[in-house]
Amino acid sequence: MLKEPFVKNYLSEHYGSDSFRTLEGYEDAGGFAGIKKALAQTPEEVTEQVKASGLRGRGGAGFATGLKWSFMPKQSDRMKVIVINGDESEPGSFKDRMIMERGPFQILEGILIGAWAMGAKRSYVYVRGEYREPIRALEAAVEELRAKKYLGKACFGKKGFEHDIVIHSGAGAYICGEETGLLESLEGKKGQPRKKPPFPAQHGAFGLPTTVNNVETFAHVPYILEKGVEWFRSRGTEKSPGTTLFGVSGHVERPGLFELPLGTPLREVLGLAGGVRGGRRLKGVMPGGLSMPILPPSELDVGMAEELLAPRGSHLGTGGVMVMDETTCMVRVACVTSYFFRDESCGQCTQCREGTGWLHKLCEKIEQGRGSAEDLSLLVDVPSVMEGQTICAFADAAAWPIQGLLKHFRADFQAHIDEKKCPFSESFEL
Amino acid sequence: MRPETRAQIEALFERYPEKRGALLPAIYLVQAEKGWVDADGTRALAELFGLAPVEIHEVLSFYNMFYSEPQGRHHVYVCTNVPCSLRGARSLLRGLEAYLGVHAGDTTKDGRITLGHEECLGSCGTAPVLRVDGEYHENVDFADARRIVDALE
Repeated sequence: MLKEPFVKNYLSEHYGSDSFRTLEGYEDAGGFAGIKKALAQTPEEVTEQVKASGLRGRGGAGFATGLKWSFMPKQSDRMKVIVINGDESEPGSFKDRMIMERGPFQILEGILIGAWAMGAKRSYVYVRGEYREPIRALEAAVEELRAKKYLGKACFGKKGFEHDIVIHSGAGAYICGEETGLLESLEGKKGQPRKKPPFPAQHGAFGLPTTVNNVETFAHVPYILEKGVEWFRSRGTEKSPGTTLFGVSGHVERPGLFELPLGTPLREVLGLAGGVRGGRRLKGVMPGGLSMPILPPSELDVGMAEELLAPRGSHLGTGGVMVMDETTCMVRVACVTSYFFRDESCGQCTQCREGTGWLHKLCEKIEQGRGSAEDLSLLVDVPSVMEGQTICAFADAAAWPIQGLLKHFRADFQAHIDEKKCPFSESFEL
Repeated sequence: MRPETRAQIEALFERYPEKRGALLPAIYLVQAEKGWVDADGTRALAELFGLAPVEIHEVLSFYNMFYSEPQGRHHVYVCTNVPCSLRGARSLLRGLEAYLGVHAGDTTKDGRITLGHEECLGSCGTAPVLRVDGEYHENVDFADARRIVDALE
C-alpha cells in the first residue's frame, strides 16, 4: 500500500489513517455527509451543483463532469449504468491507486451521488488487473456498504433508490483506460476502442446508457455536495477548480504524491518534491504523464492546469510529473516511450499500429548510433500522419511525447547522428 | 475445468447484463488452476460462454495478464517504463537476467521463475518496483531483488 501523500488537502486529509478505509472510520471522519445532502434534493438539483462546481474529469481529458452527467437520458426503459475508470496505467500516474487504497469510500460515495443524479441502477468499477491491493480495498468497502444497507434495494433507506456496485478487474492493457476500450473489455472482449458516435450515454456498456468517469473525479463529488459549490471553487483556477493529487517521479529528492490546487506553479510542485536530486540541473519535465509533451526548464513558472499548460505546448493529462535531470539522454527517453506505445497499440488503426512501430524503430536506430539525417526527418514526419487520424486518442498520445522531445531536444538526436553513438554516458541504462 | 471453477464462474453471470461480461473474471479462475490456460481450458470456456474457441483465444492473447503457454512457478516482473527507468529499473532487470541466467520473457530451466518486464505499474513515486506473483515490492535495489528472488521456492 502506498504511503500517504506528502502534501494533503481535503481529499487526502485522512489518508494517514487506516480506519478511514473502514466504513465506521469513514463515517467518523464525516463521510456520507455528501450523499445524505444529495438524497434530500432532486436528481436534477444534484447534477446542477456538479455542473456549477466546474469539476473537470481527472482521467486526462478534463471534460466537464456535470455536463457529462446531463447527457444521460432522463427517461429510459433500459437500465442506466455508471462505469468507473480505475484502469490507471498512464506512465507517471499513481494517484488513483492512492485513492482506491486509502479512500475507497470516497469513491463509492461519489458513485452513489452520481447514481442518484443519473438514475443509474448499476455501477462497474473497472480496476486494472495489476492493482491487487486497490481491488481488495474496494471489494471490502462494497461488502461493508451492502451489509449496512447503504447499497441495495433502498440505499441509505431512500425508497426507490436502488443501486449495486460491481468491482471488475482488468487484465493488463493500457488501451482499456480509453473509455470505449474499457467498455469493450468490460463486455468480455478485446479492449479495442469504438467509433463515436454513438457516445456511451446512448450506447455504452452492454449497449446500455452509460456514463464513464475516472476514480478521482468521483472522489471529489461528495465534498462538492457537502461543502458547496462556492467552497469547491475557492481552490484551483476559475476554469479548473479544486485540487488534484500530483504524482512526482523521476530525478527528484522526494518522489510521491502532493495534493495541491489546480493551477499551482510547476516550480512549486518540484520544490515540494525536494527539487532535482543531488543538486543536479533540470533538463526537462513531462507535466501530465507520458502522453503529454515535455517542457524545458524555461517553462517552470507555468501553472498546473489545462488552460495554462495548453498555450505552453503541453497538457495536464493525469498530473503525473516526470522529472529528468541533466544526465538524461532524451533519445533514450524517446526509445522507452515509443516502445511502450508500440507494445500497447491495440492494432485496429493502420496509422497507429504502423506509426508506433516506425517511431520505435527510428528512435532505437538513432540511439544505437546508426541513424542518419534522413531517419531524423522521418521521425519528425511520422507523428504528423498519426495524430488525429485514428478511432481513439492513443495515436495522439504516442505522437505527442515524441514531437515534444524533438521540439525541445532535437540537439540530443542530432548529436547521436553526428557522433554515431550515444554521447550521454551518465544517462540511465537502456 | 474443475467443477468448482465452473460453479464459481456460473455464480458470476448474474453480475452482468450479458453473460460474456464475466469472461475476464472467468479466465482468471481457469488460469488459477495451473497458472495458464491450455487448449482444454479454452474449449471449456468456449462451451460455457457459447463462443467459439478462437473468440476465447482472441481475448486471452490480447491481455498481458493471461497466459496461453506454460509459466514458471513464480512470476517476477520489473517495471521498465520511463519513471522506473529514470531510477535504475533497467539496470535492475539486467542484473536479474544475469543472476537467474535467463532473458526477460523466459523461464529458468528448473521451471522456478518466469522473468519479465512490464509497463507502468503505478509505482512511479516508489520506483523501481517488482511485481512478484501479483504482489508489489517497491523502492527495491538489486540486493533487495536478489533476496526476494532467493526466497521463491
